[in-house]
Amino acid sequence: MPALIKSAKSTKNSSHRTPGKVGVQKVPTGIRGLDQITHGGFPRGRTALVCGGPGTGKTLLGLEFLVKGATQFNEPGVCFAFEETAEELIVNMASLGYDLNALIKAKKLYIDYVHVERKQIEETGEYDLEGLFIRLRHAIDQVKAKRVLLDTIEILFLSLKNEGIVRAELRRLFHWLKDAGVTAVITGEAGEKALTRYGLEEYVADCVIALDHRVNEQISTRRLRVVKYRGSAHGTNEYPFLMDDEGISVMPITALGLTHHASTDRISSGVDSLDKMLDGKGFFRFSSILITGTAGTGKSSFSASFANATCAAGERALYFAFEESPSQILRNMGSIGLNLDRWIKRGLLHIHASRPTSAGLEAHLAIIHKEIEDFKPDVVVVDPITNLVSAGDLSSVKAMLTRLIDFLKIKGITAMFTNLVFQGEIEETAIGISSLMDAWLVLRDVPHGNERIRTLNLLKSRGMAHDTNMHTFTLSNKGIAIDDHHQSISAQAG
Amino acid sequence: MTTTKASVRKPVKANTRANAGKKERPFKRPLWELRLYVAGMTPTSVRAFENLKKLCEEHMHGAYKIQVIDLLERPKLAGGDQIIAVPTLVRRLPTPVKKIIGDLSNTERVLVGLDLRPAETWR
Repeated sequence: MPALIKSAKSTKNSSHRTPGKVGVQKVPTGIRGLDQITHGGFPRGRTALVCGGPGTGKTLLGLEFLVKGATQFNEPGVCFAFEETAEELIVNMASLGYDLNALIKAKKLYIDYVHVERKQIEETGEYDLEGLFIRLRHAIDQVKAKRVLLDTIEILFLSLKNEGIVRAELRRLFHWLKDAGVTAVITGEAGEKALTRYGLEEYVADCVIALDHRVNEQISTRRLRVVKYRGSAHGTNEYPFLMDDEGISVMPITALGLTHHASTDRISSGVDSLDKMLDGKGFFRFSSILITGTAGTGKSSFSASFANATCAAGERALYFAFEESPSQILRNMGSIGLNLDRWIKRGLLHIHASRPTSAGLEAHLAIIHKEIEDFKPDVVVVDPITNLVSAGDLSSVKAMLTRLIDFLKIKGITAMFTNLVFQGEIEETAIGISSLMDAWLVLRDVPHGNERIRTLNLLKSRGMAHDTNMHTFTLSNKGIAIDDHHQSISAQAG
Repeated sequence: MTTTKASVRKPVKANTRANAGKKERPFKRPLWELRLYVAGMTPTSVRAFENLKKLCEEHMHGAYKIQVIDLLERPKLAGGDQIIAVPTLVRRLPTPVKKIIGDLSNTERVLVGLDLRPAETWR
């Protein structure tokens, strides 16, 4: 991760017209993906606003900013919690895998619970919020803080009657934070008309992040958007993000354009006779390969063979299974002579299995993204992408797949996707994704006398002379065997 | 809660402006324990202290104790009483704890805040 952040930062600086002068200095958040979207993190010495409805993860994002600062960047932090007590925050963060107690003990984190009960407060005459400033200064001094989280400062509007004073003091507070040289994050509840209920965005003009949590057909997706980032380029899309036992991860993949390097290197498909059809050398590296076919035509067998060959060559393969459990895959592939278990034991193969309906489409792609970042594979198999369709509508499936494919290409990963189709629609793949793919292998299952014959056809393979004939193939305990000579069965197909 | 209120309110009624100062009739109990939090000797904090002093003399003569805490000198103490605004007057005793923020220039509001005058019935 840090390497990535660095590279994002340095490329930004170097591409800047007047390096070192105009560019906003940034503080890496350490939050997966967020530093890429913001091209390096939050503005140094400024205040960033994180807004969103209840339960969107504002507090967690803020706290993770502090925790990462304390643990990875040697920047201790102060949290002023207006809503939850320190104990509550500690418990909440423990469930996400963070030990705040240890950080507090090590003097890398200071949490102050600021509780203002309006009921027991009477207001008369002039006052200011210097008491809050003094507490903040004291807290910052205690741990020599470089980062500050105010969660959520807008409670002051509920606790104090004199809104004029609160607004004036907030303005003073943000100036004060700037002078103190700390990088601050404040959180704010989403408002109906403005970004936040009390218009906090008025004061914090440098960086505004909006979080959102939507439920679509019972499947929820969290999203993050950089609404504004003064003096800096930033991604403007809504990015899905996950909150799990490793904190927040934002999926920064976006339609990156078509600037990736096209490789002329080849990678074996894992089936000799298929390699032969592919100009004798296999697929292009970093390409995207689609395998479509009706149920039981052998899609998984091809993708498993591909993964197997990758591991046999000493490279790493990551297999996303959305239909079967890992043990089911191992057993079934054992029947065509593939011993995948040994690759898992050697750490070259990882099977990630999950139900497509267990999360939203974007959450799935975020998981895929995260697994790829962790495992750093050379080859990725998604088997099948069809099931992801049940987690989202067609246009979003295509948009997300575009992002994913771009991401894989940039990362230098060769990807194979399988897609289940139904009889009669073989060549108009359900999701219309074939245009995104570099190679497309169509599997069929055609009646031939008393039996059904498996056939395959390389519908396309960009950039190489490939065999366009229809071939029959068989699956046995020796693997996949494709007949050299094409059969005259195409008339019967479909 | 209600009993405390009643016991506080009664002697106050006997001690309103008409006979205040004249007849020394301090309440036996409770003792008023007040804290005034300020941040430096600013005009506002000086004004708050003067207002408070006057009010105490008038309404709880001889039965009060004021502790002035300058947070600039003792920043640690701000957390304990949950101070964010200054000046803040904290009524530590009698319980429950009450807070009044501001320069205490509006005597009536302070009296209400200190439960020396009922908020609803007073006109």
